[in-house]
This record gives sequence, structure tokens and C-alpha cells, in this order.
Amino acid sequence: MLVTVRLFARLREIAGAPDIQLEVPTGSTAGHAWKSLAARYPGLEAYESSISCAVNEDYARMTAQLRDGDEIAFLPPVSGG
Amino acid sequence: MPEPRGILTTVPRRFRVGSDPLDVAQLAASVTGPECGAVVTFVGAVRDHNSGRRVRYLEYEAFVPLAVKSFEQIAAEAAGRWPSVALAIHHRTGRLEVGEPSVAIAAASPHRADAFAVSRYAIERIKQISPIWKHEHFEGGEVWIEGATADPADEGARQAALARACS
Repeated sequence: MLVTVRLFARLREIAGAPDIQLEVPTGSTAGHAWKSLAARYPGLEAYESSISCAVNEDYARMTAQLRDGDEIAFLPPVSGG
Repeated sequence: MPEPRGILTTVPRRFRVGSDPLDVAQLAASVTGPECGAVVTFVGAVRDHNSGRRVRYLEYEAFVPLAVKSFEQIAAEAAGRWPSVALAIHHRTGRLEVGEPSVAIAAASPHRADAFAVSRYAIERIKQISPIWKHEHFEGGEVWIEGATADPADEGARQAALARACS
């Protein structure tokens, strides 16, 4: 199935794009999508323990199951204010 | 029953993220009412130094729909603890020069203690859970500022924000 990955800030710079189409096996979780992405862009690996994720514009756990067409966002540590 | 004409259309949005300049007076007006004896506004601005670096300017990036939802969550949390307080939050995105406001918070309540507490709680929570990032351009380079791993369900972080708000 196909999901859309959105990346922000430093993660977006490492991957070189704000949106990436990613083919993942049915039943994949957000964590699986991250592993697949980090394999493609090794610079992302350092963020594994500090990212958050959101599925379809709501915060989600890395164990969240993805469905075809989902939008999954990976967020580096935040610094608003 | 007749529609309350002209009322809904003139109420400004209380939670906003975007490149428009902040209007603190309008933000304060959006939360206050005849029952409010206190309106506290907080404005965060771009500082000219950070961690020993001379800051030239900041670029703010946000995941806008989720950032707006995070503001709504912060307001819901605040309402649970301080039911009489009305809260509004605007945050800017894009390039901001030294001295420019980046975030404005307005909290209104019948009495000042609650309004002060909620404005402090809101800025602490924004820094914990709102998907917004500073790209710092300083003399000699640039760096993404990375603070807290955003986890709205982290009760420890929420308690820390509450403790600061009530200190």
C-alpha cells in the first residue's frame, strides 16, 4: 500500500523533500514506515529515539497501524515559542 | 429561532498559525468580556543571542493543522484546571527579524491569578507539544533548534508545565 510521508525542519532537509510517497507492506505500522524511510535516507537514523509522529494530522504512536492512503508525519523535537 | 446575525462572523479565530503579523490587541479582545477583571498577554520575541551565538534572524516552520490542534488541546487542558479562563494563541511562521514577536498568548478571567497562570501554562505547553520549529540563522552559520520530543500524552511533561504555571 502507498502512504504519504511528510517531513519537517531538519528531517525535511536530510531527505531533501517535504513529501515522500512510500510503498509499505499491508499491516505496516508508523514505526515500519520510519524504518523504511531511514534505510533510504541514512541521515535520519540519528532521530529514531527523538521523533514524534502524526497520522492524518493527529498525534499517533509509532505502533499505529497504517492504511492505504494515510498521511504520516515525522516530527523532530519541537522548538516553538 | 433567528440566527444571531453578525456575531459569529465577527468572532476572530482564537488559535492560529501563519505568516500574518500578530495583533495582540485583537487577540486580547477575542478572549475578554464583561465578567473579566484581568487580561494577561504574553508575547514571545526573537532574541539577538542564543547559546553564545549572535542571532541574525529566525525562520519558523510549522505543521499548521496539527499546531492549531495542539493549541486547542492546551486550551482544553487549561479549562480543566482553570474553568473561568478564556485563552487565545497565535504563532507566526516564516522569517522573523530580531525583536519581532513570534508568539502571542492572551488569557482572560475574572481574577488576575488565573489569567497569569494560564498564560504561563500555555507557553510552557507550546514549547512541549506544538509542532513548530526554529531555524536559527546566526553569525557564522545556521542550525535547527530541537527542544522537546512532542508527546501530548506525556503526563510528566504536563505536570511540569502545571508546576511552572503555579509557581
